[in-house]
Amino acid sequence: MVGRQKSAGVPSGMMVKPSVGKRIRKSLPYYILILPPLIYLLVFRYYPMLGIQIAFKDFKVRGGIWGSPWVGLKHFELFFSSSMAGTIIKNTFILSLYSLIASFPIPIVLAICLNECRSQKFKKFTQMVTYMPYFISTVVLVSMIIQFTDISSGFINQIIVQMGGDPVNFMGEVSYFRSLYVWTGVWQTMGYSAIVYLAALTGVPMELYEAAKVDGASKLRRIISIDIPYIAPTIITLFILNTGSILSIGFEKIYLMQNSINTPVSEVISTYVYKLGLVNFNYSFSTAVGLFNSLVNLFMLVLVNTISKRVSKVSVL
Amino acid sequence: MSTQNKTAANVPHLSYRKTRVHQRWDDTLFDVISTLLLLLAIGVVAYPLIYVVSASFSSTDAVMAGKVWFLPVEPSLKAYEAVFTYDSIMTGYLNSAIYTVLGTGVNLVLTTLCAFCLSRKDFYGRGIVGGMVLFTMLFNAGLIPNYLLINSLGWLDTIWAIIIPNAMNAWYVILMRSYFENSIPEELFEASGMDGCSVFRQLVSIAIPLSGPIIAVVALYCAVGIWNSYFDAFIYLSDKNKFPLQVVLRNILILNQMDMSTVADLRDMASRQGMSNLLKYAIIVVSSAPLLVLYPFVQKYFVKGIMVGSVKG
Repeated sequence: MVGRQKSAGVPSGMMVKPSVGKRIRKSLPYYILILPPLIYLLVFRYYPMLGIQIAFKDFKVRGGIWGSPWVGLKHFELFFSSSMAGTIIKNTFILSLYSLIASFPIPIVLAICLNECRSQKFKKFTQMVTYMPYFISTVVLVSMIIQFTDISSGFINQIIVQMGGDPVNFMGEVSYFRSLYVWTGVWQTMGYSAIVYLAALTGVPMELYEAAKVDGASKLRRIISIDIPYIAPTIITLFILNTGSILSIGFEKIYLMQNSINTPVSEVISTYVYKLGLVNFNYSFSTAVGLFNSLVNLFMLVLVNTISKRVSKVSVL
Repeated sequence: MSTQNKTAANVPHLSYRKTRVHQRWDDTLFDVISTLLLLLAIGVVAYPLIYVVSASFSSTDAVMAGKVWFLPVEPSLKAYEAVFTYDSIMTGYLNSAIYTVLGTGVNLVLTTLCAFCLSRKDFYGRGIVGGMVLFTMLFNAGLIPNYLLINSLGWLDTIWAIIIPNAMNAWYVILMRSYFENSIPEELFEASGMDGCSVFRQLVSIAIPLSGPIIAVVALYCAVGIWNSYFDAFIYLSDKNKFPLQVVLRNILILNQMDMSTVADLRDMASRQGMSNLLKYAIIVVSSAPLLVLYPFVQKYFVKGIMVGSVKG
């Protein structure tokens, strides 16, 4: 995506490159058009980055962002020496990794099955149904989880009881939290994620299939030797993007699923940042933890991207 | 009805092969497994949704006693009567509608302007602006700095805090830009430029009219995103009359703060609990209905959108 950008504005060889002044003058209308988006970016995306300095300050309401006294790495030291640091980093990591591993292969399998599907109607129908949960809001999803797993009125426990088992309080036990979080996530996003792979699969040249058929390859063989290698760049690209956000696991769903019982495993960096900052008004400390989180994300993204560039020549940056 | 008969005819790229292809046994096995997997996916995804709808149309007792499995039992509209007389839900509905329409509008304008400029090769400086857009995908200032900005603008508890901070999404800019670059013939711009057409005219008369699908996609994604989000409202708003639907839903569905006084006269604890349970199913249906009803009609745009912007190396 970005590679194209580099050749931007360079006219093809036969022309003489116009001077910078001339190009700027010619671009004048663009500067007017780009003004609103640019102002937006500067004010709402870049200006807050200056506010990150309070991570190295003791934020006082009177002094504000600029007037508060510098304290160096105090908040970082405080965070890493606290007992919470280890727990929330571990929780975040486990939950992300579990999500990543569980939600990665299923959409690929779904896309391959859809691609092999002969009946267009059945294919469209399956796509429509599996894509539907993507439109359900997090609040509704979490309330569905709570309703369904309810110890007396939830249908899951009603099934368990009818089969002669004892009802399980899924939301009230620490051990179920991670699986509930991850598998409901798979439920919600598998259809959506499959579309990207399906799009990539439709690009497989027919000649490859034809040749494979002539050579007597089975369907499974064709999938392994043609389809998978063909969509590998897509898989890797998405993998890079997902790994990059490994520590930025969504606040919304976890926060909604949290209760006093599951906090030992459900407290993650984002929920901790929120509670410290906007519940306890510990702005500086919260910002420090948030900054640590963003930096780890950035580092992971660059790392995975570099590895992927070396190994498979696929890069998103 | 064996799968063999269907082999050639229904697969578009094989359709020129008129001869009946003999299917290998392992391919048949593959087809069976693949179809079963798809059926499993449909079942797993659809069942909870069907259950919610059926439960919401059933009677309290039937739901509590676990009699509802697939279709509504002892059909009743009680829950829906309660939902539509529940003030805060209706206020939330209206607020969400306002935020969604305005937010989507602002988003579309900013995204189109930004994507158009970034797609034009004669825009001197597009590398810098493109880099700035991309960087916002990689790094965010974080919760508190953003909160402090909204606070210092005096936007706490105002509609601006909901609409403006997320007014442009880098991902949509990239989507639209790649559409402009790949789907509109460059010759159109060149020819119109020679005829003395200004950049503004190129945007209004060429780029926008030719970008219907991508504009629809971005609008839909935006609308769904805003309708379903609760975080910004949750941290920036405190006035109950400004709460969007999702915040109201959270209070009712997850925090269990339900005002049962508006819901008929329910004397004992048990019927209260049963009703609140039923009400939750009805609320889930009512709140998700706008998107789910719209969805089959707009589905092809969504799919198209992902295809247009599909991330390929």
